[in-house]
Amino acid sequence: MCLGVPGEVVSIDGNTATVDFFGVRRQVRLDIVDEPVKPGDYVMNHVGFAIRRIAPEEIGETIALYELLLRTAAEEDLMAADVRGEIGATEGERSA
Amino acid sequence: MNVLRNRDELGAHLRFQEPGKAREMAATLAHVTRSIGREPVSVMHVCGSHEQAIARYGLRAVFPRELDVIMGPGCPVCVTDVPEVDEAVLLAAQGVRVFTYGDMLRVPGSVKSLADVKAEGGKVDVVYGIGQAVQLACETQEECVFFASGFETTAVATAAVILAGVPENFSVLSAHKYIPPVMEIVAEMPQTRIEGFLAAGHAAAITGSAIFERFAERYKLPVVVTGFEPLDILAGLIRLVELVRDGRAEVANMYPRCVTREGNRPAQEALWSVFRPIGGRWRGIAHVPNGNLRLRDRFAHVDARRRFTIDLHQLWDRAPANLTQHCICGDIMAGIAAPTGCSLYGNQCDPDHPVGACMVSSEGTCRIWHQYGGHLDLGYGS
Repeated sequence: MCLGVPGEVVSIDGNTATVDFFGVRRQVRLDIVDEPVKPGDYVMNHVGFAIRRIAPEEIGETIALYELLLRTAAEEDLMAADVRGEIGATEGERSA
Repeated sequence: MNVLRNRDELGAHLRFQEPGKAREMAATLAHVTRSIGREPVSVMHVCGSHEQAIARYGLRAVFPRELDVIMGPGCPVCVTDVPEVDEAVLLAAQGVRVFTYGDMLRVPGSVKSLADVKAEGGKVDVVYGIGQAVQLACETQEECVFFASGFETTAVATAAVILAGVPENFSVLSAHKYIPPVMEIVAEMPQTRIEGFLAAGHAAAITGSAIFERFAERYKLPVVVTGFEPLDILAGLIRLVELVRDGRAEVANMYPRCVTREGNRPAQEALWSVFRPIGGRWRGIAHVPNGNLRLRDRFAHVDARRRFTIDLHQLWDRAPANLTQHCICGDIMAGIAAPTGCSLYGNQCDPDHPVGACMVSSEGTCRIWHQYGGHLDLGYGS
C-alpha cells in the first residue's frame, strides 16, 4: 500500500497527466505532486496520485526492476499484486 | 568497482545492477555490523513494502547473523483498530454502501469483518483508491462511505479528493494513521531493543526527512530513509548500522531520488488542511498520541462519523470469544515477537483462515513471511 509505482509522463491536460506504466497508459492526478512535471519526466504514483516528480536521469534502473517484478512474479505474489493495485488505482485513458 | 568508497554519495549513485553488487553490499553490511563487536544489533523498519522486499528477495539470508532487522508497526491495515473496523461494519449493516481497500475486507472486527457483512447482503465494494470510490458514488443516489485506511502517503490522496469536492452522497470514515508518533511509542517501550530505524521512502517523500530529526535527537536513535529496491535496503542498512556503531543519532537520506529534507509541500498542505492528528489506539500496540488522522471541523459534512449514528455498543454487547485471544499481532508489530513465535502461525492461522490482521494484509508481517519464507532469491534477470 505504500510501495507506489513509477511511470513516464506522456502528456498533461490541466490537473491530469497521461502516464505510461510499462506499456499501459493511464490517467494520474497531479493535485499534490511536489513540483511541475512535463512530458518525459517520471512520476512516483500512489493510489491514483502523482506524489513525486523524478527527473529522467534519476530514474536509473528502477523501471526495469518494477517491470521484471510484474513480468516474472507469480499471480499471488504480494509485492506484484500491490504494484498492480497501484496501477489499478489510476483511471483508464480517456477516449478522445 | 568499489561503489562503497564514499558512503555519503552511495544513495545518490544507487542503481539496480547485477546480483553480484548485492552480495558485495551484503559483505559490507556484515563487516560493519561485526565491527560493533556485540550482538544482536537490532534495527526496525516501519513499512510493509520494506518487509515485502526483504522477504521477497530473501535478503534476510544475506544479513549477518548479528543483525536483527525487525518489522515494526508498518502495516496500516494491521494497525487499524478493532473499533474502526466495527464502525465500517455497522455502517454497512445499516444499509450504507461502503467502499474499502481490498486488504481491509477480511480483517476481523470484534464480531465480524466487512467480508462477513457483505456475505450477509451488505453493500461492500472493494476499490483500488478513493478516486474510484467517488466515481461509483456519482453513479448512485445511495449514501456511500469510503473506509479510508493507510498512512500519510495514502491520506494525502484522501485529502486531495476531499479538497477537490465530492458528491453529496459521499463521506469518509477515516482510519488514517500517522507514522512518526508511533516510532516514539516503540522507542519508549521498556522492552524495546531497537537501536535505529529505517524510515519508509514513500511516506518520507510526503513528510520530508526532516520530520525525523527531532525524533533522532530526542531518542538518541539514528533514522535512515531508504527505498524499496533490494540495493536501496542494503544501502540503507549499511548506513544505519554505521550510525549505530558510531553512536551518531542522525537522520540520513539514502533515497534522494524520491525524498528531500523538506518533503512534498503541496501534499503536506493538503494533508493538514483536511486532517488533524488526534490520539487513538493502534491495534494491539498502544494508544498513540497524535497517531490517528481525523477530519477537521470544516469537513464535518463529509465525515461519516458525524453524518451517521454509529452505535458500537450494539456490537460489543455480543461477546467475542475466539482464537484472537491467542493472537500476538501486537507484539509482532511492536517488534517484540516474530511471527514464528506465535502458536497460531501456520497452524490455525494462515492466509485462508486469518486470525489476526497481520495474516490478512499483503503488508502484514505474518502474511509476508508465510508467502515468501526466508530463502535468498536475487535472481532478477539472471
